[in-house]
Amino acid sequence: MQQLITTVLTGLTLGMVYAAFALALVLIWRATRIVNFAQAPMAMITTYLALVLIDAGLSYWVGFAVALVSGLLLGALVERLVVRHLTGSSEINAVILTLGLFIVIHALAALVFGSRYRSFPAPFGLRGFQVGDTTIALTGFGVFTIVSVMVVMGLLVLLFRGTDLGLKMRAAAFDQEISRLLGVRVGRMLTLGWALAALVGSLSGLLIAGGGLVHPSYMDGVVVYGFVAAVLGGLESPPGAVAGGLILGLALSLVSGYVGSELVPLACLVILMAVLLVRPGGLFSHVRARRV
Amino acid sequence: MLAVEDLTAGYGPVTALDGVSFTAARGQITAVLGANGAGKTTLLRTISGLVRPSRGSVRLGEHDLTTVAAERMARLGLAHVPEGRGVITELTVEENLRLGRLVRLRRVGAGDLDRAYALFPALAQRRRQSAHVLSGGERQMLVIARALMAEPTVLLLDEPSLGLAPRIVVQIFDLLASLVADDGLTVVLVEQNARSALSIADRGVVLNLGRLVVSDTAAALAGDEQLRHAYLGF
Repeated sequence: MQQLITTVLTGLTLGMVYAAFALALVLIWRATRIVNFAQAPMAMITTYLALVLIDAGLSYWVGFAVALVSGLLLGALVERLVVRHLTGSSEINAVILTLGLFIVIHALAALVFGSRYRSFPAPFGLRGFQVGDTTIALTGFGVFTIVSVMVVMGLLVLLFRGTDLGLKMRAAAFDQEISRLLGVRVGRMLTLGWALAALVGSLSGLLIAGGGLVHPSYMDGVVVYGFVAAVLGGLESPPGAVAGGLILGLALSLVSGYVGSELVPLACLVILMAVLLVRPGGLFSHVRARRV
Repeated sequence: MLAVEDLTAGYGPVTALDGVSFTAARGQITAVLGANGAGKTTLLRTISGLVRPSRGSVRLGEHDLTTVAAERMARLGLAHVPEGRGVITELTVEENLRLGRLVRLRRVGAGDLDRAYALFPALAQRRRQSAHVLSGGERQMLVIARALMAEPTVLLLDEPSLGLAPRIVVQIFDLLASLVADDGLTVVLVEQNARSALSIADRGVVLNLGRLVVSDTAAALAGDEQLRHAYLGF
């Protein structure tokens, strides 16, 4: 029983991290129909910025805020300077381009920050809470992880469902020409979509780094899990991404706890295959043909 | 008044529109007629800024619209409903309508939504549903209602009758005629269905292979048997 609780709690925390990363992928997919493979190194760079500030003696929260804001700017910059030029070209170009960015940002980070492992602080405790005389697998930082991802998801849903800006962003994502005719500045909406996505990506970078080690490739493993989580959720909806992240986190934690941790990557891909076979549109999409 | 002067545009080496001039008077319906490939859709797309003209000008009142970007047209009072019912099916009916009014500077309450629903009661019943569930006729009503939300002075309509049942076409055309009569809206109506279009239009413009063939009153065009046979197919 205690092992089950431990496994579930670990899975929830882990799932929230995947969820944050999946959210970032979903935001960009919705806005520009691109899977941003460079999301991981972009988040890595902003986490390094936070680390530099924290190592210079500033508080964790200053680093945290700077990482999020620099994520926002980096996302906007990448869209304006690089992605914008893809408009109208084949979809494979976008894949190659984001993979190229992945490699370039990696190399730059290794040059600027060095490629040794550096430890990253956590703002809250990393020891499990005491319940009676047992220690459970939920840490202060774990609670922070869960709460911050839920808050971000809530804010995104509010933005998209409740505001005119969100309505414009959705319209621009779904039909650029109609949106332009209705006065929506589509280019700005796409830039904003990338900026928001990179901000959420930065959050996932910080959450993964917290209490652990950072290194230019520390985010790379998350790409696969985050991508699978996003696909589970249907690649379209922010709540779907979070649900996909949680399901994946729980499933992988159960596999790791009861079967063997060496099977986790395999289990992840098996889950992906199973979902794609049963519901090709993802668990949370209303499957519907587009492209008229 | 919308004035188009010597408008020329194309796609790559293909000239789709060649030196077309006409004016659409305020409070009138101007029908743009002609066969497939005559340049009707390109004419509307060039007026609304989706296609850049290589020559010529578009003026609306004292504004020169020739080089204005498509996303600024709605603010200047020009609404374009493109061919193929540009409903955004991922949004609800009401979200589509709200999208239409975002360009207006003056913030208004739900009053304008109520007006849209009064004009199109079929939409009111489906306001919270995805626009995906609408029928062809309802979609056409939605895009017209959405265009009207911006309170335009000029409405460009591309083939609103396409694929709709005759009864629905009559309904939509009647509504257009009353909007023009009541609000002084200027309508440029592109149609293949020349007979119906001329029945509500004040003037007509006939295009063939990108060039202007004739521009006259609707009654004169409908009465010209030779022209009807040659270009209008009725």
